[in-house]
Amino acid sequence: MADAPVDISALRRALMVPEAGGFCSFEGWVRETNEGQTVSGIDYNAFVPLALTEGQAIVQEVKQRFAICRATAMHRTGYLPVGETAVWIGVSAAHRDAAFSACRYIIDEIKQRVPIWKKEHYASGEVGWVPCHTL
Amino acid sequence: MPNIELQYFAQLQDEVGRAHERRHTSAPTAAALYDELRAAYGFALAPACMRVAINAAFAPWEQPLGEGDHVVFIPPVTGG
Repeated sequence: MADAPVDISALRRALMVPEAGGFCSFEGWVRETNEGQTVSGIDYNAFVPLALTEGQAIVQEVKQRFAICRATAMHRTGYLPVGETAVWIGVSAAHRDAAFSACRYIIDEIKQRVPIWKKEHYASGEVGWVPCHTL
Repeated sequence: MPNIELQYFAQLQDEVGRAHERRHTSAPTAAALYDELRAAYGFALAPACMRVAINAAFAPWEQPLGEGDHVVFIPPVTGG
């Protein structure tokens, strides 16, 4: 959990181990529209202690379920304008199947389980909590 | 009656108008406490779509509350 921009190249470097044959990453950005409304930015609110333990549990799960080398995940908090990176997942593995699968698993589980909430700020000046999402 | 430390997030924080509250309550469980708060603050969210964390760990709704417990009601999460 990070309240300021994170050096993505450093996160990537930490995944580079000799036994890995490649890595897969997913980067989530603040998009300019949602449900037909123009978005100027998103304020991410998180219950940080539980978000950290739940995030660490997800990373432990992928290490048990998939033949991967390293996995890491970062999520921002606070106000992010359109285009900013809100979430970054990276997984290195000997072979690509495990890297893709584990990366997908981590982002899907973050969206379902980790206590983080989006408050969208619209171009109209209005704000609103995103009700919920499963994908 | 035990003292409970409440912390509010997302729409619950807006509905209460603050992030923290210390509350004396006779509610025996997290579920009963949510009902009490919902009556007081008019929370729109039904407990069926939420989870509860006690002392920074997910807990069953029927978990008994103890003196000094830190309770967070978790609206549907929307990270990512």
